[in-house]
Amino acid sequence: MNPFAEAWRLLTSGDLYVREVVLRSLAISGSALALATVIAVPIGVAVALGRFRLRLPVIVLLNTGLALPPVVVGLAVYLLLSRSGPLGALQLLYSPAAMVAAQVVLAGPYIAAVTLAAVDAVPSDVRLQARGLGATRLRAVALHVREARWSLVAAVAAGFGAIVSEVGAAMIVGGNILGRTRVMTTTIVLETRRGNFGVAIALGTVLLVLALAVNLTLLALAGWGRRDSPRRGSRRPITS
Amino acid sequence: MAERGARSPTLVFALVLALAGVSMGACGPGAGIDRTLRIGSTTSMYDTGLLDALVPDFEAERPGVQVEVFAVGSGEALALGRRGDVDLVLVHSPTAEERFVAEGHGRDRRTFARNDFVLAGPASDPADVRGLGIVEAFRRIAETGARFVSRGDDSGTHVRERGIWEAAQRAPEWSGYEEVGQGMSAALLIASERDAYVLTDRATLVSLAGDLTLVPLVEDDPMLENLYSVIEVVDAANPEDARAFAEWLLTPETLERLGRFGVERFGAPLFRPVEPPSTGP
Repeated sequence: MNPFAEAWRLLTSGDLYVREVVLRSLAISGSALALATVIAVPIGVAVALGRFRLRLPVIVLLNTGLALPPVVVGLAVYLLLSRSGPLGALQLLYSPAAMVAAQVVLAGPYIAAVTLAAVDAVPSDVRLQARGLGATRLRAVALHVREARWSLVAAVAAGFGAIVSEVGAAMIVGGNILGRTRVMTTTIVLETRRGNFGVAIALGTVLLVLALAVNLTLLALAGWGRRDSPRRGSRRPITS
Repeated sequence: MAERGARSPTLVFALVLALAGVSMGACGPGAGIDRTLRIGSTTSMYDTGLLDALVPDFEAERPGVQVEVFAVGSGEALALGRRGDVDLVLVHSPTAEERFVAEGHGRDRRTFARNDFVLAGPASDPADVRGLGIVEAFRRIAETGARFVSRGDDSGTHVRERGIWEAAQRAPEWSGYEEVGQGMSAALLIASERDAYVLTDRATLVSLAGDLTLVPLVEDDPMLENLYSVIEVVDAANPEDARAFAEWLLTPETLERLGRFGVERFGAPLFRPVEPPSTGP
């Protein structure tokens, strides 16, 4: 059977191996994304709106995080978690938790940096007007951040696209263990090398569809972002 | 097109093309090299550094050829040979090798070296297998459900491991059995991290000794004999250099070097040459 037909068969029949690997990828990257978002968004907001002495160096640091080569992050996490490393006692290496940790480090700075840029781009009138009307500091900040919400969602979506398709760090800290840490990208490497092109193509297709979905989401969100922009049309009064 | 002096788009385009041409030229073989010999090899021959030690000697004796080694494991090396993606294979999976030759993909299989497999594991030896025969050891590991790391990649080591499970009449299916789908060094590092048992060739185990917490627990069993063979690929792109390499490998001088490899660094030879050179079916 030619590999494309084999791939189609695997996908449509819900092959157990393929299904398990896809679900694990989504679980690991989904958890990492949730964790990264919870940590990174408040940091991005705080740095965007805060005024403190180290603000500029912190911004530079976050932007450098955008350029971190994923495989280097994998190496760093490996050295941290290995038994001869500082966190070795936790015995986390070659576990899904280790992969989540690496992906949080990958997605976190990205989400924080984009949050920072998006929140910074919102005119301060929103915040100041709210304060003028009697809102608390927290409420005013919330309203300010709300103006940038589509950019934030876009950042999270892009972060997901990046970590679910990463292979170097996933291989190094995960170990590609069948039934435990084998994800879509590492499986494609293994099965391609073994000559099982059907499986590789099936998983590659899933990844492509995911990438397409992420990009379509980004496109749609960009459209919504423009519609909601305070620069278009008249200012909307703050009603909520 | 608007003239923009020294920064004209045409000039920039020409420069980029020239750069691309130069870098593509740099990617090709260097001066005096007009042939490439592609060898698919088991990871143990490569990870130990043996091929890195031997290949330059072959290239010196046979000018004009550049050797490229793909250290991928026996299963994949034979698959590469089937597709004609390599010219020669160095493998240690006798049953698969015989099938490879019988199906017409390879010729002149020559066994040139041996060493042995070893069951390594944590010093604490939770399944208490130290000193047992290998089949009995595997049985006990299965029964206690101890952690066991498998290559899981159809390599020579993996095939031997599967053979021992069959002999022990135990299917490796408990939650502690972990297939990693990677080479021998990677599997050893993972087993060391996770305090697991692992079947390994002695050479790779010795070459990694300082980095592992594993110790040899079962050795010297007849089922642990490990034979390395070289097979020329029928569909090779470069059959002449493949044959030259195979013949060079079997010369007394090369075999003697092979037998001395590792003594300086590890205190013991990692591979023993087969004497006299034997030719398979």
